[in-house]
Amino acid sequence: MSRLFVPLLILAAALFAAAPFVVANAPFEETMGLVQKVFYYHVPSAMMMFVSAFVCGIASAIYLFRRSAVADRIAQAAGEMVVLFGLIVLVTGPLWARKAWGVWWEWDARLTSSLLLWMIFLGYLLVRRFGGPGSEKLAGAMALFGMANVPFVYVSVNYWRTLHPKTSVVMTLAPGMRAAFWFSVAAFVILYVLLLTLRKRLEDRQATVEQIYLALEE
Amino acid sequence: MKRLVLVIALIALLPDAVIHAQQPPPSPTVQEEFVPVSALPQAEQLPAAPLLIAAYAFVWVALMVYVWSLWRRLSRLERDLADLQRRVPKL
Repeated sequence: MSRLFVPLLILAAALFAAAPFVVANAPFEETMGLVQKVFYYHVPSAMMMFVSAFVCGIASAIYLFRRSAVADRIAQAAGEMVVLFGLIVLVTGPLWARKAWGVWWEWDARLTSSLLLWMIFLGYLLVRRFGGPGSEKLAGAMALFGMANVPFVYVSVNYWRTLHPKTSVVMTLAPGMRAAFWFSVAAFVILYVLLLTLRKRLEDRQATVEQIYLALEE
Repeated sequence: MKRLVLVIALIALLPDAVIHAQQPPPSPTVQEEFVPVSALPQAEQLPAAPLLIAAYAFVWVALMVYVWSLWRRLSRLERDLADLQRRVPKL
């Protein structure tokens, strides 16, 4: 494991321990009030979901075109991260929406496309798990398709009429909110790197065990 | 044939017509126009705190469950690896 792992782990723990206090001290949003503070976990989770979809897609492309086993393991690790952070987005979003919009869910462009993106990568994991020999290639193709969807999910709020806030919200945050938001983003980025590293290590160990079993059979 | 279809359609629609005829007129207290959430009486407004707490609790629980799952899978693999290395010291 990298020498940076433990320092990053300590840093992530400290950031997450401090995050509730930072969020509590952030100013209230004038129309939504208290419930808007879901934003400080909801948006960074969505960012990690998108980043992970790109990591999975790019690693899958490297595996498909260069047959790199390491890239394949990174892709599998990143695929799981998309599902994890996507689940967080899809649960925290409706909890916020219930108060802000009066409904748990709305079939608008951003929500629907986010759900579809999550389902594509859930399908990716199912194919990897149950697809049998050679499923890595099919899953890799699914990951490329999922990655291609991410820009559409991101710009959907700008081009379709939706209830969801537009992408300009982050750049136009009030100063007090901006600090809390980027603090949360930093915490989530470090957490993401740690989880991806751990998950990839799991795949590396799995590959080692399989190699040993193959060597024993020979 | 057409007459049969017409009779069946009339029979199917008859209960609806009867129900609509029997419905009482709408209550005068039913809301007729849009009222923003902030203008609703306090008793009818949804509290934000339980939703916010549920959201944060879910994030923590999801991350803890995932980390626990990773730790469990990694421990099992490390045990298998150690067992294999004991059986085949050369590897």
